[in-house]
Amino acid sequence: MARIIETRRLTPVTKYFRIEAPLIASSARPGQFVMLRVREGGERIPITIADYDRQLGTITIVVQEVGATTRMVCALGTGDDILDVAGPLGGHIDIAPGGHVCGVGGGFGSAALLCLMREFTARGDRTTAILGARNKELLILADELRPLCTHLEICTDDGSAGFRGFVTQRLAQLIEGGAERRPDSVVAIGPMAMMRAIAETTRASKVKTLVSMDPLMVDGTGMCGGCRVTVAGKAKFACVDGPCFDAHEVDFDVAMRRNKAYVQEEKQALDRVACLERRESR
Amino acid sequence: MPIKRADKTPMPVREAQMRARDFLEVNEGYTKSHASFEAERCLRCQDPVCVGGCPVNVPIPDFIHAVAMGDMAGAARILRSANPLPAICGRVCPQESQCEADCSMTTRFTPVAIGHLERFVADWERTQPPAAGASLTRKEKIAVIGAGPSGLVCAGALARLGYPVTIYEALHAAGGVLRYGIPEFRLPKEVLDWEIGLLKTMGVEIVCNVIIGKTLTLDELFGKMGYAAVFIGTGAGLPQFLGIPGENLNGVMSANEFLTRINLMGAYDREKSDTPVRVGKRVAVIGAGNTAMDAVRTSLRMGAEKAMVVYRRSDKEMSARVEEYHHAQEEGVDFNWLTNPLEVVGNAEGWATGLKCQKMKLGEPDASGRARPIPIPGSEFVIPADNVILAIGTTPNPLLTRTTSGLLTNPKGCLVADEKTGLTSKPLVFAGGDAVTGAATVILAAGAGKRAAQAIHEALVERSREPVLAG
Ligand SMILES: Cc1cc2nc3c(=O)[nH]c(=O)nc-3n(C[C@H](O)[C@H](O)[C@H](O)COP(=O)(O)OP(=O)(O)OC[C@H]3O[C@@H](n4cnc5c(N)ncnc54)[C@H](O)[C@@H]3O)c2cc1C
Ligand SMILES: Cc1cc2nc3c(=O)[nH]c(=O)nc-3n(C[C@H](O)[C@H](O)[C@H](O)COP(=O)(O)OP(=O)(O)OC[C@H]3O[C@@H](n4cnc5c(N)ncnc54)[C@H](O)[C@@H]3O)c2cc1C
Ligand code: SF4
Ligand code: SF4
Ligand code: FES
Repeated sequence: MARIIETRRLTPVTKYFRIEAPLIASSARPGQFVMLRVREGGERIPITIADYDRQLGTITIVVQEVGATTRMVCALGTGDDILDVAGPLGGHIDIAPGGHVCGVGGGFGSAALLCLMREFTARGDRTTAILGARNKELLILADELRPLCTHLEICTDDGSAGFRGFVTQRLAQLIEGGAERRPDSVVAIGPMAMMRAIAETTRASKVKTLVSMDPLMVDGTGMCGGCRVTVAGKAKFACVDGPCFDAHEVDFDVAMRRNKAYVQEEKQALDRVACLERRESR
Repeated sequence: MPIKRADKTPMPVREAQMRARDFLEVNEGYTKSHASFEAERCLRCQDPVCVGGCPVNVPIPDFIHAVAMGDMAGAARILRSANPLPAICGRVCPQESQCEADCSMTTRFTPVAIGHLERFVADWERTQPPAAGASLTRKEKIAVIGAGPSGLVCAGALARLGYPVTIYEALHAAGGVLRYGIPEFRLPKEVLDWEIGLLKTMGVEIVCNVIIGKTLTLDELFGKMGYAAVFIGTGAGLPQFLGIPGENLNGVMSANEFLTRINLMGAYDREKSDTPVRVGKRVAVIGAGNTAMDAVRTSLRMGAEKAMVVYRRSDKEMSARVEEYHHAQEEGVDFNWLTNPLEVVGNAEGWATGLKCQKMKLGEPDASGRARPIPIPGSEFVIPADNVILAIGTTPNPLLTRTTSGLLTNPKGCLVADEKTGLTSKPLVFAGGDAVTGAATVILAAGAGKRAAQAIHEALVERSREPVLAG
């Protein structure tokens, strides 16, 4: 059981939560995730630890409503409890100190840049965060991230804020922009399509690139193998071997196909929850 | 039907056609008259071989004699003195290769149904008011990692010795494989819940959602959390894959994933559970151990029209309990022996459509003493299947060992531990069960947990006697 102590709507479909989880807060590192469950009979879903405060014993998560469970999470408010929160799971992002790290966030993935940028800036790295969204309204956490990194880049598809275009285009400019701007390593966290595009963007220049894979998970502890992703031709379990992998070695085709395995069932579940919500609101 | 005393009293079972479509327990359990009749068959041998065949040396003739005398409380007490999980072991032990293997009755007839009697006594025990809780007489706190049978038994034994015990479990529910692996139709969760309830009345604390090695390290259990000793019972839950082409197609999964979705997450009841599982018309399960039998019989219950086992050796080399194999046959499972899977074939959308196999023949015995299967050239064929489920073994989970220094493992990833005490390479850290042996059995795990509890007690008593050096 974990108590929610702060919530905030970031966009119509994403919500920010700060929750009491002292043990997780004391050991979390950038790139790790928690498994959570909101009700008896509920699914276990993986959610990235966006940030943590070891002193206060809290962790931050940002959840995007895509289906039944994320919708139930987002219906929770301050003072509510989350039934089960287990973590931190997965390995942390491991990059040698002293370089220029560029974090690229799309959708809820931008949230994961909070602790990443904070920790890497604090240890003396140069840090650039690139945030992407379709438009200004969908952009999240820019104000929170700005003080945490050396340099913040904003990209919107329609140009309503920052650079007009995709995060990949901006990243390509940085890579070509000479030693001053070129990152030594890139960490991309966001929708699979974005991470795949980032992998292609950095492939030729061989900039070390990590992507945070988000396959379907059941237990999150290495027990089911459902989260396997193909990396350099080998099956890896994202929950124990990942979730971050070398972007240039990941087989995105397989990963994207596997994430669609339960589309039908997920839709039924969502309809059921929506139906329940309607009944309750009546 | 008159039953001859020469034969084992048959276990009443639910009718195969009906049970193969639901999750209710297959075996119905002995009645009182079945049990006393069967108990009378035991010869009460002077030198009982049955006891030697049982990994925890249950005083078998003694408890069976108590049953014959109608002394159920006595039978329960004798049973529990050696086996802390009788209701579970009576149901899932491979009796045919352990206690019942060399029973003196086998020389002429069939063995005494030790397992069925054990279950009968333990089920009776569950109808009685639980024994009084233990009292805390020791001040040293003990941490147990993992709430599988080894951890549960170790915690229970330590509580009985007077220690305050906390079990840390990674998942949201306790039980280990007994919860997520072995299905309801073989081991009702009610039985497991009763055992866990008993531990709680003894004062054992179970903390779920804590992954040792991640949430807390092993060293922090001693330092920050102040435990005096630790038992590791983390099991061998990491599923293996074959590495054949097509293994990542949709519809292909490990038996652990399949069974976890259904048992732990409740996917068999879509009204109550949000976790889906998709079971097609034809399901092929690779392997022939208990896990394979559980997966293939579960797929029938989830609506598969054809459920098949595919195994590259023959039925002689199968490691599943005989009873499960017979039940699976009765329920209509198809067995493809001497059939080696080569590739999962799929459609354009990336879903599995079949399993390409090759016929095998048996050759000379291999290193394991089992006949080596040899491929028959040109015998390739495809078994149409919507799901392919891999039940080819599991290995210890590296979560804990990867984050703990000084904890030795063997090349298979199993913890190195003393056979008698369970002591690992770290002082005051003990281990047992599948984490040490690799995938084995419930009774071996339970036995290891019990022995380790005793060893922990002795180590702590020893330590408290050591003079504290001044200075
Ligand atoms: C390591 C990891 C970290 C994650 N971190 C976050 C996070 O910080 N915030 C957040 O909102 N989500 C995160 N996710 C994704 C999140 O787990 C899924 O969105 C969630 O499981 C969906 O559950 P649902 O029941 O709401 O939707 P479902 O009904 O299960 O799914 C609805 C649709 O969402 C998509 N979907 C489902 N699962 C995933 C997935 N794992 N990744 C991407 N798309 C998916 C599919 O298109 C699916 O059809 C993470 C996933 C992983 C593996
Ligand atoms: C499907 C199936 C059917 C089986 N059928 C039979 C049978 O009929 N008869 C029989 O005798 N045996 C059977 N077995 C084998 C038997 O279940 C196991 O040998 C036994 O459960 C091992 O017990 P254990 O306590 O060592 O570990 P497990 O039962 O594996 O329990 C380990 C527990 O530790 C937890 N854990 C792991 N790592 C951590 C960590 N770092 N921190 C906290 N918790 C952690 C896990 O979540 C789990 O709950 C079967 C196994 C399977 C998979
Ligand atoms: S514990 Fe298992 S092996 Fe021992 S007597 Fe009971 S059923 Fe037989
Ligand atoms: S060996 Fe068989 S007959 Fe002899 S005591 Fe054991 S159960 Fe009874
Ligand atoms: S989620 Fe089950 S092994 Fe990774």
